Amino acid sequence: MLDSKIPAGPLSEKWTNYKTSQKLVNPANKRKLDIIVVGTGLAGASAAASLGALGFNVDIFCIQDSPRRAHSIAAQGGINAAKNYQNDGDSVERLFRDTIKGGDYRAREANVYRLAEVSGNIIDQCVAQGVPFARDYSGLLDNRSFGGAQVSRTFYARGQTGQQLLLGAYGALSREIERGTVRLHNRCEMEELVLMKDKDGKERARGIIVRNLVSGKLERYAAHAVVLATGGYGNVYFLSTNAMNSNGSAAWICHRKGAYFANPCYVQIHPTCIPVHGDYQSKLTLMSESLRNDGRIWVPKKKEDAEALRAGTLKANDIAEEDRDYYLERRYPAFGNLVPRDVASRAAKERCDAGYGVGSTGLAVFLDFKEAIQRLGKDVVEQKYGNLFQMYQKITDENPYETPMMIYPAVHYTMGGLWVDYELQTTIPGLFAAGEANFSDHGANRLGASALMQGLADGYFVLPYTLQNYLSDQITVGHIPTDTPEFDEAEQSVRQREEQLMNIHGTKTVDHFHKALGHIMWEYVGMSRNEESLTKALTMIDELESEFWKDVKVPGDIETFNPEMEKALRLADYFELAHLIASDALHRKESCGGHFRTESQTEDGETKRDDEHFMYVAAWQYQGHNQPETLHKEELNYEHIKIATRNYKN
Amino acid sequence: MNFTLHIWRQENAQAKGRFETYKVSDISPECSFLEMLDILNEQLINDNIAHPVCFDNDCREGICGMCGLYINGRPHGNDDGITTCQLHMRKFNDGDEIWIEPWRAKAFPIIRDLVVDRSAFDKIIQAGGYVSVTTGGVPDANSIAVPKRFADMAMDAAECIGCGACVAACKNASAMLFVGAKVAHLAMLPQGQVEAHERVKKMVCRMDELGFGSCTNTYACEAECPKQIKRQNIARLNREWIKQLFAGNHKN
Repeated sequence: MLDSKIPAGPLSEKWTNYKTSQKLVNPANKRKLDIIVVGTGLAGASAAASLGALGFNVDIFCIQDSPRRAHSIAAQGGINAAKNYQNDGDSVERLFRDTIKGGDYRAREANVYRLAEVSGNIIDQCVAQGVPFARDYSGLLDNRSFGGAQVSRTFYARGQTGQQLLLGAYGALSREIERGTVRLHNRCEMEELVLMKDKDGKERARGIIVRNLVSGKLERYAAHAVVLATGGYGNVYFLSTNAMNSNGSAAWICHRKGAYFANPCYVQIHPTCIPVHGDYQSKLTLMSESLRNDGRIWVPKKKEDAEALRAGTLKANDIAEEDRDYYLERRYPAFGNLVPRDVASRAAKERCDAGYGVGSTGLAVFLDFKEAIQRLGKDVVEQKYGNLFQMYQKITDENPYETPMMIYPAVHYTMGGLWVDYELQTTIPGLFAAGEANFSDHGANRLGASALMQGLADGYFVLPYTLQNYLSDQITVGHIPTDTPEFDEAEQSVRQREEQLMNIHGTKTVDHFHKALGHIMWEYVGMSRNEESLTKALTMIDELESEFWKDVKVPGDIETFNPEMEKALRLADYFELAHLIASDALHRKESCGGHFRTESQTEDGETKRDDEHFMYVAAWQYQGHNQPETLHKEELNYEHIKIATRNYKN
Repeated sequence: MNFTLHIWRQENAQAKGRFETYKVSDISPECSFLEMLDILNEQLINDNIAHPVCFDNDCREGICGMCGLYINGRPHGNDDGITTCQLHMRKFNDGDEIWIEPWRAKAFPIIRDLVVDRSAFDKIIQAGGYVSVTTGGVPDANSIAVPKRFADMAMDAAECIGCGACVAACKNASAMLFVGAKVAHLAMLPQGQVEAHERVKKMVCRMDELGFGSCTNTYACEAECPKQIKRQNIARLNREWIKQLFAGNHKN
């Protein structure tokens, strides 16, 4: 039975109640306790900095050469907070409701309320760190709007909000490294989780095995608790907006060791990305959602215009105003271009599938700033979005001030992740998951500017409390040694896996298989899914996986700097993960948020939930390679919010 | 498009490096520079020619600062205001010969091929490139107004991605632009004032300890910075340095 450990009391008092009744660790004991944090993005860096400052001993790991390069850095648009600085009717309650509704009523109430509650503290914290948020001429903080909200609650630093927030957290982390409370291990990748049985017979997370990516050697680290802040698994699709090295392996390794994986089929497809242009392409670039504040999305009304645009005989600017279909404004008058991401993505796919798509492939729609430039002037548009426009121009060689941008949906974020309770603890005692790596706050669809909020909320304001509650009974455990049979066994299993891959000596590269897997996932487990496509995907994934284990070619040696080995290890896990995503999608015979089953839609093509049968979190338990996983359900009880059909029309 | 590539190969920090020549053909002009290297690596693996060329890269959208190649004598290649991953093959001519090298600086030792160790930048930041606030107990975000002009200038400096192109471009391998950007960012904001004197002192001392060279004001760093960080930040760094000299003795 899954116990989400939600504190008693009214929703608005739960977190306060938790904090006043939780157990603490006194300062002298904190330094006797070791914590491992894997990942240095917003969640990991902020957690390690906060825990180090409290006096715990922290070891933090990242795969990049510096903690400042974690993929949080690429978030462009902003971070939400219920400050109501704009006097436009915002409040904790409203941010909470928007987030629940945006997630299509598939998120846990208590977690989301806490997120909204601490959102304001995050902004205070970041400003105190010197994060240069945008300000207006009064010198006070400026805001913009994001999808799924009717207020302006998004704080931003030009188009580089993630970068600035991460550099703030990285600064705080660097300070703790200098003070000696945190030890940094860069270019290290977690390859195994070590569990140990305590005297009380309970198995706990006690350490990790990492591959030192420079030497290829395996290293052992022990701790009283392990925090996983390793991001999402969007790269299972090969092409996504994720960084090349973002991967799902650390979470999957924990899953194999017993941590339940929740809602894997909830994958966010972001509507505004630069379209795919060739099969050599390695990644997709996001154009910030903030562009939808002023950009208008359209396709031609007439099919023959779309055909001419695709053939290159007509230019976007040649199409008269009355021949343009601003389909989001048409379908969703109340929210217009600022509908949530899942809605905007499906609407784009619908138009392109119907034959109105533009660009050479027909898989693109226009994002047009002509009206904004007329209304605000080019200077204002440049001030607001200059760096995004420049980025677009560098990639496409087209000037978005003169001709509309072309965009298409792409995989961006994964709402699913390791199942965690209210304390962010997984089903393995002592293993916590934060940020995108957990599943907890976004339900079936995440609202824009909420990922940064969640990462920092978990790291700065949740884990420092809940970890203490867990660690309070660990003070007598003492130093944990790494020369134990458990560590030996864990290290051996990693080495075996590496040797197995190295010894295949096949004929195809890792990327060859990864691209093939991505293709299956995008075609059959992508923006819309149905029983037929998912069943097909499951067979194809299994076939590809067995081919991989027979025919992959990993060059070089194990104990060297070997990026091909890193990729092979990650891809090996992606096959299993892909299988679970498809299985979860197949079992959830309803549409909700980012999960769109074509069998379950309304007459006008909107998602149709089935609350009677699917109002739960699906948490899967690993049963061994190629074995069907066991489903555990966490029922979602909405005590506070009134459940409704998501409506962005009026 | 077809290219002849001369790439620096070096097994590890101790090994002796050399240029190796490879050819790639049928490259789309829309292909990015790193995608072209991906294609080369596929070729090297498939045809058992050599170990794939190691190069650092991650976000491939110009923000993480992980990539950095010295291409035909310029950090991040022949275009302004971009990182290596934002360089596209349409910037080259068909048949071009391209020389690809790692960053070369004493403070950035080579790990393998084109991959270098830039931990020295982290160590400079650790010396004091932050405001020493702990989590919680901070005032409301709007309690101190910051003139927009200063906030904008702080942001201009804070855009640094720590890629190291400034060091690679400098004949002395100086890190003054990198350090200047961080010092200036925090010097522009009221939150950065409290520790301003200590910060600049510690960061500059750390920079010197780590083996970066001196600045001789040639501004190659500014010319090659992918985020176009201005040399004025070096002037601000010098100003902050002088201010702390006059401020008298502070105990650390």
